[in-house]
Amino acid sequence: MRNFLALLIGIFLGIIFMKAEVLSWFRIQEMFAFQSFHMYGIIGSAIAVGALSVWIIRKAEAKSIEGNRIELNDKAPNYKSAYIGGTIFGLGWAMTGACPGPMYALVGSGTTVFLISIVMGILGVLAYASLRSKLPH
Amino acid sequence: MSEFIQWISQPWPWYVAGPVIGLMVPLHLIFLNRTFGMSSSFRHMCAAVVPNNLDFLKYDWKSESWNLVMVAGVLIGAFIASAFLASDAPIVLSESAILRLKGFGITNFSGQHPAELFSWSSLSNWQSLLFVIGGGFLVGFGTRYAGGCTSGHAIMGMSHFQLPSLVAVLGFFTGGLITSWILLPLILA
Repeated sequence: MRNFLALLIGIFLGIIFMKAEVLSWFRIQEMFAFQSFHMYGIIGSAIAVGALSVWIIRKAEAKSIEGNRIELNDKAPNYKSAYIGGTIFGLGWAMTGACPGPMYALVGSGTTVFLISIVMGILGVLAYASLRSKLPH
Repeated sequence: MSEFIQWISQPWPWYVAGPVIGLMVPLHLIFLNRTFGMSSSFRHMCAAVVPNNLDFLKYDWKSESWNLVMVAGVLIGAFIASAFLASDAPIVLSESAILRLKGFGITNFSGQHPAELFSWSSLSNWQSLLFVIGGGFLVGFGTRYAGGCTSGHAIMGMSHFQLPSLVAVLGFFTGGLITSWILLPLILA
């Protein structure tokens, strides 16, 4: 059941990524050069809707469709890794013009060269897993 | 119906696209009882495919297989959007952005990514190789090090006011600005 719902949400998300143009290298460059409000408007209004949803879910003590308590744990307070890792991701985000979700969407929409980026992303995880104990967190 | 298709086939303005992306938060919490995040899929695939003995990759990735099913959905959704909901008009960028990118030698503004840098035939250029290979590696390494990406930290984490997520987003912009303002002018000079 969860897999089926995840598939539907994924299809919806793939369409959104395309129509919002958040997977566009052009848009990402435009954002980092502060030449358009488009991406900032998207991220800001997405957070606003997300935050309102979390507030309502908590206020109403809403349950998941399976009737369970909704689990929303705090992120681990690893500020060093959040900033350094975030910076490394940011370097790559502006090079590829795509974060992980959009990479899949780009492949689906025909820019199949991103299969290489995805494989490299997986190797990036392997490198992190190998070096993890030596990195500051 | 055809009018509706025509209407959603236009690029969505930010005030439509943003709130719809924000809906991913309650959709995940209520229907999946999981948090929104796309970059974990790299970790699951790594744990599933690469033989290793690393602690970070020793976990029950199968219990998170919904995340990989969602990836399949994203692929299908993007295919549907490009096959049936596409508009032929080129992307509407700000004039200053077009001018700046032209200065980097970009001439082809059709599609979502410049074919000059992101196509199989472009891989013979070192710049293209660097972006596709190096950029992909940095995205995989950085998201796992940071514990999330734009969806997991910027949208999900910020939606429940997680300070580590705010710090991560500051990192995203630090890295993005370095690439955009320092590396890109050097690489595409």
